[in-house]
Amino acid sequence: MATGIRDKVAILGMGCSRFGERWEDSADDLMVEAFVEALADAGIDKSQIDAAWFGTGIEEQHVGKSSVPLAMALRLQNIPVTRVENYCASGTEAFRGAVYAVASGACDIALAQGVEKLKDTGYGGLPQRSRGTTNDMYWPNASAPGSFAQLASAYQAKHNINPEDLKRAMAHISVKSHDNGSRNPKAHLRKKISMDQVLNAPVVAEPLGLFDCCGVSDGSAAAIVTTPEIAKALGKKDLITVKALQLAVSSGTEAGHNSWDGSYFQTTRAAAARAYKEADIEKPRDQVSLFEVHDCFSVTELVTMEDLFISPEAGAIKDIMDGFYDADGKVPCQIDGGLKCFGHPIGASGLRMIYEMYLQMQGRAGDRQRQEDPSIGMTHNLGGFPHQNVCSITIVGREGA
Amino acid sequence: METGLLAYGAYLPVRRLQRAAVAKTHAWFAPGLKGLGKGERTIANWDEDAVTMSVEAARNCLSGQDRDAIGAVWLASTSLPFKDRQNAGIVGDALSLKSEAMTLDVASSQRAGTTALMAALKGDTPALVVAADRRGARAGSPQEMTYGDGAAALLVGQGDVVAKLISAHTEAVDFVDHYRGEDGEFDYAWEERWVRDEGHLKITPKAIKALLESTGTDAASIARFCYPAAGRNVTAMVAKAAGLPEGSVADNLQSNIGETGAAHPLLMLAQALESAQPGDRILVASFGQGCDALLFEATDAIKNRPAKSIATQIDKGRADDNYARYMTLNGLVNVELGIRAELDKATALSNHWRNKDMTQRMMGGHCTECGTNQFPKARICVNPECGAVDTQRDEGFSDKIGKLNSFTADRLTYSPDPPAYYGMVQFETGGRLMCDFTDIDSDPDHQPEVGMAMRMVFRVKDYDRNRGFRRYFWKAMPATQEEI
Repeated sequence: MATGIRDKVAILGMGCSRFGERWEDSADDLMVEAFVEALADAGIDKSQIDAAWFGTGIEEQHVGKSSVPLAMALRLQNIPVTRVENYCASGTEAFRGAVYAVASGACDIALAQGVEKLKDTGYGGLPQRSRGTTNDMYWPNASAPGSFAQLASAYQAKHNINPEDLKRAMAHISVKSHDNGSRNPKAHLRKKISMDQVLNAPVVAEPLGLFDCCGVSDGSAAAIVTTPEIAKALGKKDLITVKALQLAVSSGTEAGHNSWDGSYFQTTRAAAARAYKEADIEKPRDQVSLFEVHDCFSVTELVTMEDLFISPEAGAIKDIMDGFYDADGKVPCQIDGGLKCFGHPIGASGLRMIYEMYLQMQGRAGDRQRQEDPSIGMTHNLGGFPHQNVCSITIVGREGA
Repeated sequence: METGLLAYGAYLPVRRLQRAAVAKTHAWFAPGLKGLGKGERTIANWDEDAVTMSVEAARNCLSGQDRDAIGAVWLASTSLPFKDRQNAGIVGDALSLKSEAMTLDVASSQRAGTTALMAALKGDTPALVVAADRRGARAGSPQEMTYGDGAAALLVGQGDVVAKLISAHTEAVDFVDHYRGEDGEFDYAWEERWVRDEGHLKITPKAIKALLESTGTDAASIARFCYPAAGRNVTAMVAKAAGLPEGSVADNLQSNIGETGAAHPLLMLAQALESAQPGDRILVASFGQGCDALLFEATDAIKNRPAKSIATQIDKGRADDNYARYMTLNGLVNVELGIRAELDKATALSNHWRNKDMTQRMMGGHCTECGTNQFPKARICVNPECGAVDTQRDEGFSDKIGKLNSFTADRLTYSPDPPAYYGMVQFETGGRLMCDFTDIDSDPDHQPEVGMAMRMVFRVKDYDRNRGFRRYFWKAMPATQEEI
């Protein structure tokens, strides 16, 4: 009988590069920047790393295939390195690989690292690529905002919501994330914005405007994990441990079966239910201290807060407008600025979220430090499209919490 | 059993280019275009070609007909998308016709439509004759003004015909009024007055007289004379020269459609049939390196009118004065399309073949275990409660009406005509598809909304400019009340 991952693995050290348009830096530079920080934080020598997992999504346009680019950039001498790709969950997948390896006893110390160098693609947003030779023959020529924008039309219709009310709640999400990002020195977008700016911005994919879309950034993040015993033996106190690691992948139901209405993420609901069980969390709205969710678009964050069972169905707009998810609210969401403002270097994003939880729980989050002593943090990634996607969820927290 | 026309239908693209906008743009260089700068013409959307328009005309023609009975498909056009790949075969596929139906492309002349019709009428099997043209013309040319895009389809055979064939006559004369060579992008035409006097007024009356004489038909008995000639009064002058009644001259549709090439004689015939009464004699002729002339007589069955008439399609046209868009979509100006247009649209032909029924016939699956319809058809049933393996039979989706579940208008992704509309269409009898939409009206009062009824149309999915290939698939568009 599987017992889950709860408290079996601890975070030994983490690092995260500054995210943004890093014109002067290569993917290798970004990886080294995050790794050097993580290694110093862990307080170990590079030779103590037994294995590594490398997450990246759009490798054709920067480092190329395989795990070799990570091993070469960091000069990891002939250790096992695995490259993982699972859309925007790639960073979390790398973390999952490293954590499972430690939990299994196959290695003592493992590295998870993600990177994306998106500002060499020449695109303003994510680059347009083939989706596979069969899919290209019948899938619409969809962009990421166009895919996620459809949540709004279906959500509005299902809950009979006035489009203006939805637009305002979405705008509040973006204003909040910009406020948070302004206090984060590593964030890509650090300017505060107003509701009017969001509401009057040019439309990208109806009803999403420019400020409803997250930044497309260069960046890297890394985590070094080990067992709680080894961490303590290395002198670490007040450990942050992994409470849950869940992944849910669409089987084609949303895309092909009429049981899904298009207004929510079936995968997020499945992964969240399993994650709470794995972490032994019964009342997430009361027990989770912080969220970092996959706010690729404002409407994604809105819907996700219901899919994580924090806001009741059709209740997210009220919570958002009440400030429930603001930095000084009951349960902050994207206290570091989120994908929206910290930025979204795909392969690094999942690890960046965990990095924020790790800093917050150690009281090291600087100007944006949450005062209410966070003890449980949940991170969430979505890759793909609302109608067929990969959802990853990680819960980390203080040991024993 | 009478031989003749069992059914007819036509298709007109919804956009109507306003000729005044064209004339105004070119007035600095060609002020003479002002004379042609009246009325409007049909213009195909970026995802339409002779094949897709043929499919839509044929669907309008074949409503209520047994498609399995069709033994041949004749496709006539001077703008076929493929030079070496049978275009009629694509049309037959999109119509889900049986593979035993003979398919044939007829090309290279404005007479292609009528010649195909004459040949099909001589055949011993019910045949679908479809003619279509998407006519290219240089910016600022008279042809750009007078040409139109469209298609007409006729189901030919024996039985309960709406119009019986009395006789047909052809004259092959290599009179070169215009031509387009192997490498030519556009037509090259000689002086209109010469074409009229030495061509239309000499070749056509001869053919008509021969036809009438051979059948002992009194020219005065002709109720309707369908003859495409864009020049002013040319048809009336031909009628006079042939002794046909003045009142028989059919509208050449120049004011609201333009001349649709090889399709035009059949389009005019279809329009005449829409208002014909039993016993009416309809003479259709065409001009192009000679003349074809066919004489039909409407029967009592003519009262069965097609659901989607030409008159309705003329009424539903959308006025379009965006000439810049027309020029852009037709490659008449070199426009910066942005980095997102650079994506390689290569097609793996082996994979294309493996998925041909899915893409061209819109063939999905029906699970015989749980009854769930699904698209695409798969080895394992999509119903999470079922999951049976290898239980699906073919289920066609192209004629199903769907309901809109979610959608967007995307201004980021590349579309030749932004925004790109797409979304989830759910079919009432099961199955759904995230798909492109087409022909969405930009009018704010006609925007898509969740719950709206959608129908599927066969269109070009992507053009592979590097390799000269184009792939087709089905797209959704709002369905009218009559189509539901």
